[in-house]
Amino acid sequence: MTTITEAPLQEPGVVSAEWRPRIVAFLCNWCSYTGADLAGISRIQWDPAVSIVRVMCSGRMDPTFVVKAFRMGADGVIISGCHPGDCHYQEGNYKTLRRVHLLQRLIAGFGIDPKRLRLVWISASEGDQWARSANDMASQIRSLGPLRMES
Amino acid sequence: MSTKPKLALYWAASCGGCEIAVLDIKEKILDVDAFFDIVFWPVAVDFKVKDVEAMADGEIDLCLFNGAVRTSDNKYMAELLRRKSKILVAFGSCACEGCIPALSNTTTKKATMDWAFADSPSTVNPDRIMPQTRTETPVGVLELPEFWETVCSLDQVTDVDYFVPGCPPQAHQIWAVLETVIDIMENNKPLPPKGTILGAGEKTCCDECPRTREEKTIKGFVRIHEVIPDPDKCLLDQGIVCMGPATRSGCGGLCVSVGVPCRGCYGPAPNSKDQGTKMISALASVIDSDDPEEIDRILDGIVDPVGTFYRFSMAHATLGRVAVDAASGSSESEGGS
Repeated sequence: MTTITEAPLQEPGVVSAEWRPRIVAFLCNWCSYTGADLAGISRIQWDPAVSIVRVMCSGRMDPTFVVKAFRMGADGVIISGCHPGDCHYQEGNYKTLRRVHLLQRLIAGFGIDPKRLRLVWISASEGDQWARSANDMASQIRSLGPLRMES
Repeated sequence: MSTKPKLALYWAASCGGCEIAVLDIKEKILDVDAFFDIVFWPVAVDFKVKDVEAMADGEIDLCLFNGAVRTSDNKYMAELLRRKSKILVAFGSCACEGCIPALSNTTTKKATMDWAFADSPSTVNPDRIMPQTRTETPVGVLELPEFWETVCSLDQVTDVDYFVPGCPPQAHQIWAVLETVIDIMENNKPLPPKGTILGAGEKTCCDECPRTREEKTIKGFVRIHEVIPDPDKCLLDQGIVCMGPATRSGCGGLCVSVGVPCRGCYGPAPNSKDQGTKMISALASVIDSDDPEEIDRILDGIVDPVGTFYRFSMAHATLGRVAVDAASGSSESEGGS
């Protein structure tokens, strides 16, 4: 069980030889978390750089969560919800779709590569898809390198 | 020796609008003068910094500090007035959260200096002579305060008791605050909890807006100079980016009443800390499209998201200042989507 603390996940700005990326993935309860769970049950491995936080709906993703994750030391953020049309709450995933598009513009304005924030759709049956997305994001973040936050 | 409570006002990195706003309480300024002994107010009375330095710690009862902190001198004065004051109030948007000066956090000290002293069209400086913190001259050494890379709010450099937001705080709110303080001091009433935001509402700007709101569905954004807005309809409904939903109430809906969108000067709404991300949340909910490409086209209508959403609260932005290398042109986001 991971304890969430206010402390930064890693010292901002410190690049060490054995740097390992930290990616926070917010997964919706109904599709994506269940999908990741299926990946686990099916013993599909994915990159340990990705840490999962379960939210009830991708529409629950307040943009503040994303910027706070970056602030606290995340190098990348994944938001994953049900496929368009499949949201358990009808349209939460559409709301998050628009938020992510606007948020990517905002973080770019702060000097953060918008590729560090990724939105994916994973259904409850797509365990392998989840693992692929997680690995893909991890390799993307590895090629981008650590995110340096300036205080 | 006067036994009246002592009042100080100071301006740091600010435009002076907050000082004018204090005078906007009109003849009530005489009531303020009757109750308080004004011991320091550079814009209006002739006391010097050395007079403040000579005071005992905590001798000033109330200090209204306006302006952001961006030079070593601003910081010195902030710390000095903190020491000398029982109650230190961050007065106005600059002191509360950076305001317009903190938009400078989207660029660099070097770019600011270059523009101000060399590159702007009205400046002639072929030798690019830049201000120095220390200059030796035949008549002695001249010193200037150090200019910081990053603009801070008052609470980022010293301990602040209360916050009065607004750019500037509105006169009726200033008087309400001063009246409350006078009442507390005269009748020995308890002070509000530390950190309280005074002279503002507990809702959003929309709550004070006289315009009619309907179910919002936005197919495109327009800028205020491109349209003549309908006088009665919600500005956001008309596609004008209005910060009302993410801004604290208190101004009485001044701008929106006259057809100008809320810029967000009263700071983040109650129970939120980051005005920009809250605005993203509010805007994304009302964009009427589920198609990624169309969403992008609609969003193209929002020019300068950082400057728009953090126009007044940049010093408190969760993401901090814009990365210096990004601001100077070597952004990692340049190759981005």
